[in-house]
Amino acid sequence: MVVFGYRLPGMSSLLIWALVWELVGRSDMSFFVPPLSEVVTTLFSIIGTAAFQKALYETAYAFVAGVFFAVVIGVPTGILMGKNRLIDELLLPWVNIFLSAPLTALVPVLMVLFGFGMKSIIITTTLFAIWIIILNARVGVMQINRSLVEMARSFGATPWDAFTKVYFWAALPEILGGVRIGVIRAVKGVIIGQLLISIVGFGALFELYSNNFLMAHFWAVLLVLFALAFTLSEVLAWMERRLSYYSSKR
Amino acid sequence: MPLLQRLPIRRSLLLKLLSALLVFGAWEIAGRVPVSYAFPTFFESMSALWTLAIEGTLFSAYYDTLKPLVIGIAISAFIGIAVGLWIGLSSWFDWLFSPIFIVMQAAPLAALIPLLVMIYGIGLTSKVFVVCIMAMPVIVLNTAGAVRNTPTNLVEMGQSFLANRVEVITKIIIPAASPVIFSGLRLGVSAGFIGAILAELKITPTGVGDIISYSRSVADYPSMYAAIFSIILLAVLFLNLLERIEVTLFEGNDRGYASD
Amino acid sequence: MAMPQIKPVESGAPEIAVSAKNISKNYGDVEALKDLTLEFPKGQLTSLLGPSGCGKTTLLKIIAGLLEPTSGIVEVNGKAVTGPGPDRAFVFQDFALLPWASVLRNVAFGLELRGVGKSEREDIAAKYIKDVGLGGFEGSFPHELSGGMRQRVGLARALSVDAEVLLMDEPFSAVDEQTRRKFQEDLLSLVQNENKTFIFVTHSIEEAVYVSDQIAILLPRPSRVSDIIRPSDLRTKDVDNIRRDPEYLDTVDRIWALLRTYVE
Ligand SMILES: Nc1ncnc2c1ncn2[C@@H]1O[C@H](COP(=O)(O)OP(=O)(O)O)[C@@H](O)[C@H]1O
Ligand SMILES: [Mg+2]
Repeated sequence: MVVFGYRLPGMSSLLIWALVWELVGRSDMSFFVPPLSEVVTTLFSIIGTAAFQKALYETAYAFVAGVFFAVVIGVPTGILMGKNRLIDELLLPWVNIFLSAPLTALVPVLMVLFGFGMKSIIITTTLFAIWIIILNARVGVMQINRSLVEMARSFGATPWDAFTKVYFWAALPEILGGVRIGVIRAVKGVIIGQLLISIVGFGALFELYSNNFLMAHFWAVLLVLFALAFTLSEVLAWMERRLSYYSSKR
Repeated sequence: MPLLQRLPIRRSLLLKLLSALLVFGAWEIAGRVPVSYAFPTFFESMSALWTLAIEGTLFSAYYDTLKPLVIGIAISAFIGIAVGLWIGLSSWFDWLFSPIFIVMQAAPLAALIPLLVMIYGIGLTSKVFVVCIMAMPVIVLNTAGAVRNTPTNLVEMGQSFLANRVEVITKIIIPAASPVIFSGLRLGVSAGFIGAILAELKITPTGVGDIISYSRSVADYPSMYAAIFSIILLAVLFLNLLERIEVTLFEGNDRGYASD
Repeated sequence: MAMPQIKPVESGAPEIAVSAKNISKNYGDVEALKDLTLEFPKGQLTSLLGPSGCGKTTLLKIIAGLLEPTSGIVEVNGKAVTGPGPDRAFVFQDFALLPWASVLRNVAFGLELRGVGKSEREDIAAKYIKDVGLGGFEGSFPHELSGGMRQRVGLARALSVDAEVLLMDEPFSAVDEQTRRKFQEDLLSLVQNENKTFIFVTHSIEEAVYVSDQIAILLPRPSRVSDIIRPSDLRTKDVDNIRRDPEYLDTVDRIWALLRTYVE
């Protein structure tokens, strides 16, 4: 968007929306929408409280653990599927099914199997993230340029060398692309898990605030959550762009 | 020769069956051990599913579950495609609205559910809203992106043969964007399923969510697993169907044929 | 197709169909064209030849009315160009076919945009589909055709609107060498039989010398017309013998000598 010869930065319109929010809040149009300024003040007052920090810590913990398992299990599985046709044909239908399945429906099962706690939330997070990671790692390995593989062979690379020096790096952009989408899904997964198992993390906090109609508190937490999620996804997208810049030179 | 030609299809079909057999077999065995008191066997679950279907409970439950889903998807598709087209065509609209949908796409929108319940109560409206907020961003962003990425050569071709702005939009941009718009819709439906089930589990147990919650509370685990199995199956089958339609409808549309 | 191609020798200066006067075009800081002046005689084929990035496409799109020059003016039959017009038709390097439309609809698309009725435009399109040798493929879709066939569709589309000036941007660069040679022969008979003005962009010296009445050599940084070459006798030769003709070989050599310093 160019105004009077100036290029307005990409997300600058959010400032306008912030202003709209403030005005709507001040106009007392709705009890449920307090002015942004009030939300921000509240944010600063609750950010230091033990309840908020506990929620943040628990969420971060579940999220990091969930993503960790998704990557550690997902990437090797994907690479294996890309390299071995039999394994691929056995697993691919299930990966595709779980990729599009409404995984929310599985949370009640996790709750009865693993209890109403951290474990279930971590598994939910992993389940949200892992399928796309597997799929991308698989595609990454499968799309490796034949001539690159043959080049390695013709120079006498051992299978291990070929793997660590060629396959992994050649598939890396796709793998990281999958991890990026997986991480964004994991954010959604960790929140959905906490909402359904509402005694942990932000789930508990939401319950508390909404039961007491603490609207500014509620919005403050939403603001933090959305801002964190957005920043995370932008940082990952930026990293991926950097990487695809290098990989396009290969 | 015909046999040789059919062999690869047979192989993949066989492997799919084998794969299903392995997973369901593992489920059966794990249920028999049992790994947990709350882990019924595959056959127990399937017979519970059969009972639910015979009694008709399942179908009335699906009616309740699919109602907010269908309404929500219809609203999201209508508004989402319109807004997406507008964003893709107008740079100031893009500047104004894109950031909202980009943030929505990255954000865990499920966190809005408690708020929606406070505002709209626990009825159908809230559930439709949940489906909408889950499904809308991807529909908008796909539509806008597809419009923005219309191959310039096609637009220039239209212009050089004297198409006016409306003709460029209706005869070139929209047809060129439709495969991506359609796959945005498919992804929207996928997100809508997540939203619809989340709404039933979180807001008020109705439909399939009610079967899940109720049978969990009375420890009727086979019925609970059966309900979950059926909703996942339904979602996957429906999304696969959409994908098939997409492939046949837009055959050749997306293939890079600019240079062989 | 060993038809002898004898063109009546024009008396005096040929009529000018298109003239580009003092054209400059900047993309931001990039000076793509600078003060370029060039005339295109009616009924002849003029090639724009030059290394890539020298502004050939830019010039062609300015003539087509798809781009506005930063300064300067293009005239077609003495009338200034302000945008795309019915007197010019474009053949695109990457074909620019609608992937969702059949060959018939693609070829008729230019007429469709001009508001010609369905049955009438389909009749016209069908005729040109036959003319370019695609009879029987009316119902096919672009992805079912080879690169060469796709460009024939693009050519038929441009011919069917019956414009006086045909603008072709490296039309044969995306097809294989054999198809390309066949295209070049067909192009020669097209120039012969249709009373149209052709502006033909290429980066192949041989192709330019083979098909052109007039070759404008463009040199980059900033782009300008460095030479205009008219292979005078070649057009009266039999198509099969052109590539063996001493004038053909000499012209190719001469152009190469002009261009070689600009190739890194
Ligand atoms: N849309 C554009 N924006 C900026 N620079 C451009 C654009 N199109 C072309 N150019 C530049 O203008 C010059 C001429 O381009 P072009 O006309 O495409 O050359 P050619 O067709 O001879 O290869 C090149 O240096 C190219 O990089
Ligand atoms: Mg060019």
